[in-house]
Amino acid sequence: MAKATFRITRGGKDGLKPVDYTTEVGEGMVVLDAVHQIQAESAPDLAVRWNCKAGKCGSCSAEVNGMPKLMCMTRLTDLNLDEPVTIEPMRAFPVIRDLVTDVSWNFEVKKRIKKFKPRAPDAPDGTWRMSQVDVDRVQEFRKCIECFLCQDVCHVLRDHHKHDEFIGPRFFVYTAALEMHPLDVEDRLGDLRKTDGLGYCNITKCCTKVCPENITITDNAIIPLKERVVDRFFDPLRALISKVTG
Amino acid sequence: MWWLQPLGVFLGLSTFIVYSTWAAFQGAHYTHGPYLSPFYSPEIFGDSPHSWFGPKPGFWPSFIPFSPALLILWAPGLFRFTCYYYRGAYYKAFWSDPSACMVGEPRNEYRGENSLPLILQNAHRYFLYIALAFIVLLAHDVWLALWFKDPVTGVEHFGIGLGTIILTVNTVLLGGYTFSCHSLRHLLGGSIDVLSKHPARLKAYSCVTCINPKHMNFAWFSLCSVGFSDLYIRLCSMGIWTDWRIL
Repeated sequence: MAKATFRITRGGKDGLKPVDYTTEVGEGMVVLDAVHQIQAESAPDLAVRWNCKAGKCGSCSAEVNGMPKLMCMTRLTDLNLDEPVTIEPMRAFPVIRDLVTDVSWNFEVKKRIKKFKPRAPDAPDGTWRMSQVDVDRVQEFRKCIECFLCQDVCHVLRDHHKHDEFIGPRFFVYTAALEMHPLDVEDRLGDLRKTDGLGYCNITKCCTKVCPENITITDNAIIPLKERVVDRFFDPLRALISKVTG
Repeated sequence: MWWLQPLGVFLGLSTFIVYSTWAAFQGAHYTHGPYLSPFYSPEIFGDSPHSWFGPKPGFWPSFIPFSPALLILWAPGLFRFTCYYYRGAYYKAFWSDPSACMVGEPRNEYRGENSLPLILQNAHRYFLYIALAFIVLLAHDVWLALWFKDPVTGVEHFGIGLGTIILTVNTVLLGGYTFSCHSLRHLLGGSIDVLSKHPARLKAYSCVTCINPKHMNFAWFSLCSVGFSDLYIRLCSMGIWTDWRIL
């Protein structure tokens, strides 16, 4: 079997440093397999978060050769094994140890977003009626596995650290799923503009590129939300027409 | 190789900006036979037979250079400048904000589109309204480009030249770019949660949604076609190229 070198970032709050590990690699292996093999052979204290190994739990997010990836979905055959493969923790979040980052900020952000608020039931038995075509639009957003790779790649969080003013692409997708839902009647546009920092997004589409679920984050979630904010706050003609027509 | 894409965008947009600015200030060689350069359409004031209201108005200040293109080019220019696709592209290529995904930035301060001046990008839909009118006018130019005047009798005959085809392709590509616009998609149906109750808007929304993923392609192809259309008509008008008559 061939051997490959993996340059894994080790350490914690006191400092990080890359450490090289060489291990045998075989057909069908993914990066997470190599990390587990290194754990078993030479670094039993190497911290890595993982769970399903099937690209559905969103736990094993990391930066492989500088790109945000799910380690369990990154095949070694897609990487250049002639050079060391770098594996780093997500840079947008504080490192707990080695490849494990503290992503709890995301869960705090999620709590801030106004919850689903359905209109009054359509039927006397307390149920609603929806057309499939209306639900289809938000269905895409529900594929999100909360791997936070989109948050990691977003330069507003990664480079400018606007965590207090900007909720990031993951939560624009979440908000879009609620805001565009045919039953929802909650109003989140004011929050999107003021506290969620939608205006900080400058549409680089990096989040769309790294999404392992292929959610069209920018075109189908962020830009439609931006347009709704324009409707409310930046379109005087629309406001005038609304006023005239009631 | 992360720099390849922003460099390509930088070179492509810079070339177009330099050429279109130069062409707009020329004020000459923008028509050839029935053809009118898209940089000069509509010709509100001007010396060619395509002009709506005759030559340059007398009140035009002498210290301001006049060209029919300067009266209208701001509209499609701002439509592209505020376009969601171009914004993402030129923020990377011209501002390094960021230079590319996962590539660091040369500055620490960042305001995004949250405050002036970039908050003005929200005016995109207003330039869309004008761009839609321009598509109608360019389609009319294609119709006019089908009628060639006999130099001897002065009678107009139906015909097709290479210029007709170039103007047609240009209008189709510009139409593709305009009709795949994110703002148009929103205005047609994106703003409504229960679209099923608006079947006509649902149909229109679905059509725009269908071509919206190609918005970037249309943006580049139409940028090339509009520049080439002007170049073709300019070179034919200068006698450097000869328009090839097919019919």
